Amino acid sequence: MSRRLQYIIFVLWVLALATTPFWATNYIVRLAITIAMYTSLALSWNFIGGFTGYPSFSTAAFFGLGCYAGAVSQRHGVPMVLAWIVATFFVGAFATGLGAIILRMRGHYFAIASIAVVEVVRLVVSSWGSLTGGGDGLNLPLLTGGPNAVARIFLLVMIAIMVIVFVVTALVDRSRLGFGLRCIQQNEDAADMVGVDTTRYKVAAYTLSALFCGTVGAAYASWIGYIEPSDSFSIIMTVKVPVMCLLGGPGTMLGPVIGTAAFTLLEEVFWANFLDYNRAILGAVIVVLIFFLPGGLLALSWRDLVKRFAFRPQKAST
Amino acid sequence: MSTTILVADRVSQRFGGIQAVNDVSFALKEGEIVALIGPNGAGKTTLVNMMTGVRRPTEGHVRFQGEDVTAQRPFEAARRGIARTFQIVQPFPRMSVLENVAAGALFGGALPSVADALAAAREQLEFMELAPFADRPASALTLAGRKRLELAKSMAMQPKLLLLDEVNAGLNSGEIDGALALIRKIAARGVTILIIEHLMKVVLSLASRVLVLHHGQLIAEGDAAEIVKDRRVIEAYLGEKFARRIAAGGAIERPHG
Repeated sequence: MSRRLQYIIFVLWVLALATTPFWATNYIVRLAITIAMYTSLALSWNFIGGFTGYPSFSTAAFFGLGCYAGAVSQRHGVPMVLAWIVATFFVGAFATGLGAIILRMRGHYFAIASIAVVEVVRLVVSSWGSLTGGGDGLNLPLLTGGPNAVARIFLLVMIAIMVIVFVVTALVDRSRLGFGLRCIQQNEDAADMVGVDTTRYKVAAYTLSALFCGTVGAAYASWIGYIEPSDSFSIIMTVKVPVMCLLGGPGTMLGPVIGTAAFTLLEEVFWANFLDYNRAILGAVIVVLIFFLPGGLLALSWRDLVKRFAFRPQKAST
Repeated sequence: MSTTILVADRVSQRFGGIQAVNDVSFALKEGEIVALIGPNGAGKTTLVNMMTGVRRPTEGHVRFQGEDVTAQRPFEAARRGIARTFQIVQPFPRMSVLENVAAGALFGGALPSVADALAAAREQLEFMELAPFADRPASALTLAGRKRLELAKSMAMQPKLLLLDEVNAGLNSGEIDGALALIRKIAARGVTILIIEHLMKVVLSLASRVLVLHHGQLIAEGDAAEIVKDRRVIEAYLGEKFARRIAAGGAIERPHG
């Protein structure tokens, strides 16, 4: 898909999400907020998991730390938007330090280390009661103006973050950094040999994958008004976000956007219709999709699909 | 007057109890083509790995253009101007041939932008006669094509020294002639070349000087035509018994004319 077409689709999608308060129910608006939020997370994961090819499962750690960094800052009197920025840079710095250590591992080893990070951070946050409230969680000051007005504000906030992450993705995609990350993804030793400083590039990708998870987490905390460890550091999120990205097309610009939309809508459909079995059905759908669409939805060639099902006269041989 | 570009000063490499390279010293002069030969397991690739920062020598030093580069990492070697090809080719399989070469130009050749790198890569493909394949994925090339791509990628890095690790292994004789012509073209650009090779045809027709490695030690060094008559070299390749028989029969020792 051409770059230009991807931009156009993204802009249309942003407009569709942003205008939901004017044409849809509150349920849909809430869904739009969730989609915008997860799109930012999936686009973030794309830096390390898609471009670089490192199967990171740290998303929930970054998101949760963002929640807490934002909440703790706000409770200490930092204005809301500034608290989000504080959370962003705090999580970014955390990922840089952590990445320098765990990015020495490859493949499965890296995946396990990155998932362990979620548990370790969750345990630290639960135990550090004096700062984080421990298992009781933390309350945040709520915005005034009633639920509908608040929902509209956070819809725009989440969309703004999503747009920023998308723009960063587009910049990285065309840059030296993006090229180097793709080299690492395809053959790390060869990348090293042609002069890519692989350690620095990987740490940069890991940091990028964390940065905006921190912003999203802090904004989420301000929106919901109450956070606690098992909600902020949910293992489901850490698996769901990579699946969304893989479903759409890892290493592409639009893939995570499409994947998140498709996944969230599927999830809602199954949730509404099969209350008891929705997770099981969703699991089966994921297996099927990843099995038959290894490159994600974006890698599908619609033209080939049409050709396959359309009648085609045999070419006469000369 | 040619100056020395690379010096290996008594380098050794141990893997646990195995002494892969033992106290080897040599120097390469700017612009020359030197062949590194030796039986399988002699330590040739290990020696190249130490020159390019893949492995750090357990003892000894490596100097490149007067600078001690013993502790360099592979990407630093690449940026300094030491490029290498691998015995087992290492392309970026799902990138196009053009992008593969552009990667070399962008990072090793330190070009400022991706667009510049792509332009430089196009020129390089022209030079390497790979231009018709520019937009194919690297994995679609034949083995000869992939070896050539490996060369093109290395050349895009604008190297001063090129280490070729068996670029001709697995090629048929027609393809080898093509590769030979290409290596000559590269050398004509003033690039110093160290070539690891098993085929004497290639060694004799290209190299001005030959280094012979056996059991990790440098057993002989000198002019290509002389080296093939060296008793120690024949021993290393064919064993003592054959070396004696050849010496007695004079099949190789017989002087010219």
